[in-house]
Amino acid sequence: MNSLTTYLIISALLFSLGLLGILQRRNLIGMLISVELLLNAANLNFMAYNRFVSPDPVTGQVITLFVMGLAAAEAAIGLSIILALYRKMHSINIEAAQKMKG
Amino acid sequence: MENSGLNFILQAAFWGTVALTVAGAAIAIFPKNILYNVLGLALALTGIAGFYLFLGSLFVALMQLLIYVGAICIAIVFAIMLSRPLHIEAPARPTGKVLLGILASVVFFVGAVGVALKTKWTPAAGHVYKASQWSVEHVGDALLTRYELVFEVISLVLLVAIIGAVITAGFSRRISS
Repeated sequence: MNSLTTYLIISALLFSLGLLGILQRRNLIGMLISVELLLNAANLNFMAYNRFVSPDPVTGQVITLFVMGLAAAEAAIGLSIILALYRKMHSINIEAAQKMKG
Repeated sequence: MENSGLNFILQAAFWGTVALTVAGAAIAIFPKNILYNVLGLALALTGIAGFYLFLGSLFVALMQLLIYVGAICIAIVFAIMLSRPLHIEAPARPTGKVLLGILASVVFFVGAVGVALKTKWTPAAGHVYKASQWSVEHVGDALLTRYELVFEVISLVLLVAIIGAVITAGFSRRISS
């Protein structure tokens, strides 16, 4: 279909959007959404390399499936931590979580 | 002639998918309402499933729809809906930090695109693209032979994550009430 470079540029765009989201938002759920975008950009890279340069046709697909499984675990843990944090400090502003600050 | 027409349709579909994905990512980042963010994320993830389809892997595209769009997005929507005040947006960052964040992501984007354009990508020696090798049979075969240990460890990680999520969300409620 299209060349490898097209996919790399698309995934770089997605990754930098996710990075921007992590850096400039303070809502914890918004940051979790940005992390999902970052993981998906990396997955797209793996699949594109697998399609265009890799000698082995399944490695990239297998890595993508594993990242999906880990992302599911990460989302479950992240959401429960956010809920627990909200109950404790009645806010999901990330800068209110300063109890461990030295 | 017919082939070029088909090719044109494929290209149009590809760039439509690109537009869908980037629009979804922008919706996932910029609006203040957290519910719009989740819906934008679902849109972007659907677009990425379309890319997997263009890359030739129907199985991974379906798993993307099933796990990301069907499970993770819905879990985030659940968390927002079930605990009412989660949608209250925190006050915005000071302008200096926002500018620094934009600078960092622009630097990353320029660097990554530079690397992607400057490098001459040559396929590895054994690289062949055959659609039959991308079938679900080959993926399942690799999962149960070469990657079996990783496969088992992933299932263990998922189990621990589920138990941990239940304990983290449940015990803290008992402690605080």
